[in-house]
Amino acid sequence: MNPRARWHPWAMLGPTLGLLVVFFLVPIGVAGAGSLFSWDLLTPPRFVGGANYAALAAHGELLRVALRTLGYSALVVTGTMTLGLGLALLLDRPGRFFAFVRASVFSAYVVSWVAVALLWMWMLDGNAGVVGQLLRALGAPPVALLGDPDAALPALALVGVWKLTGYAMIVFLAGLQDVPPSLLEAAALDGAGAVARFRYVTLPLLAPTAAFVATTSLVTSFQAFDVVRIMTQGGPARATELFVYAIYEQIFLNLSVGRASALTVVFFVLLLAVAGLQLRVFRTRRGER
Amino acid sequence: MSRARRLPLLLLACAAAAAWLLPYAWMVVTSVKTLPEIVARPTAPLPDHLDGGAYREVFATLPVARYMGITVFMAVAIAGAQIALALPAGYALAKLRFVGKRWAFGVVLACLLVPSQATFVPVFLLFAKTHLINTMTALVLPFAASALGTFLVRQALLSVPDEIIEAARMDGASEWTIVYRVLAPMLKPTLVSLFLVSFVFHYNDYFWPLVMTTDDAVRTLPLGVALLREQGTGVRWHIVMAGNVVLSLPVLALFALVQRHLVRAVSARG
Repeated sequence: MNPRARWHPWAMLGPTLGLLVVFFLVPIGVAGAGSLFSWDLLTPPRFVGGANYAALAAHGELLRVALRTLGYSALVVTGTMTLGLGLALLLDRPGRFFAFVRASVFSAYVVSWVAVALLWMWMLDGNAGVVGQLLRALGAPPVALLGDPDAALPALALVGVWKLTGYAMIVFLAGLQDVPPSLLEAAALDGAGAVARFRYVTLPLLAPTAAFVATTSLVTSFQAFDVVRIMTQGGPARATELFVYAIYEQIFLNLSVGRASALTVVFFVLLLAVAGLQLRVFRTRRGER
Repeated sequence: MSRARRLPLLLLACAAAAAWLLPYAWMVVTSVKTLPEIVARPTAPLPDHLDGGAYREVFATLPVARYMGITVFMAVAIAGAQIALALPAGYALAKLRFVGKRWAFGVVLACLLVPSQATFVPVFLLFAKTHLINTMTALVLPFAASALGTFLVRQALLSVPDEIIEAARMDGASEWTIVYRVLAPMLKPTLVSLFLVSFVFHYNDYFWPLVMTTDDAVRTLPLGVALLREQGTGVRWHIVMAGNVVLSLPVLALFALVQRHLVRAVSARG
């Protein structure tokens, strides 16, 4: 339709576009520019070219942070998808009881990361945590998961899985509604058992949903910060220093705007790669519908 | 389905319920214990008696009502602004013909890919320069426009027939009346979902208030509760869990009330 006045569309879009440009697009450019300077927030910025990137790469820190973040994300994505799909299949049944269980699982997605992180920190506490105490009662050696460099990252991933499984389950449940019952009945009439029906009918029809859940969970877990800040502050021995926490440390603890900006740029480029994957998945999904 | 086949399914469902509900139960149980109890028998499944000491301590240490007020105000301001701005923007993108539309829509789509974790360093510096750190502006303004909200409103408006708008124009309705009085009621389910998802997200948000505040002026409740643990020495878990209950209860209550909207909003993205 034609606008009644030429300026109408821009008056309507103005506030939105202005805010989005100022708070989302310009900052990316500013981070890119800032990454070429050395600045401690106190003395004037000094141009250093690619020195910030070189310094981050030289110690191998950058690669380690990136791999650690990807490792955490891989654990969270596989965990949430497996559990989410399993729970969706299990709980896709009529009745109040199953509705209640679905709501219970999903509720963790609605509760604050702060509450979830503190709760699990208490449950995983090395001395008095209920998880460790129960394991000890069963004869396992005492472990302080969050204090062990090898176990801390998987422990954080466990918390992420607990928090996000409800999301995966809900999306899978929506995907299951798109599986036509007539197809399943036809397969059953042809003699396919429950496993065969799942393998050859349900699963292929769920593939686009699964791809969607995988990419959105990947983007979400790639941005993880709260669990790290609250539960481990990146420790022990940097074992849980994920990307966003590394940026946070550079600016607020080291007062290094340049390094923080350089990390931001790399973080954003990696995120774009993931999002590019997501867009492709989204398109194929649309196409199949 | 036969009883024999139904039993294992029921047991599995019970296990799932336990895996998600027992941690909440543990949070509540811990919050009504006393410190000596926690030290002596940390895994006792039930408290000796209901002790409100931890809650008294939370309310004594934190200005809970003020933090809660700040948090709710912030979340409502953000969610409200997002809807107020997304309606006209989505209308222009869905219904109006003008030069530069593809470009404008491109900006909205591009912003979908940029999380606040990738913008906080420059935005923090901007607010520091303009002396806006520790203000409500720093918490609300960056989120007042929502790329996702604008996108979803546009998508919803695409399926509204042009005739409705033409008829309203014939009747002499202004564009603003059309957007807020004619179209908004038609999009009610979309708008309600948007508002709720945004409210819950920002009520819960820890990251942005953490990096945009350095003092108590506009501290939000999640920050306050996280501080309960950082301030304390030794085992103060009953107090931390009491804070957790105070923080989570409003959201869980809201979830119980509007579960259908939230579930629909989350699964609709898929």
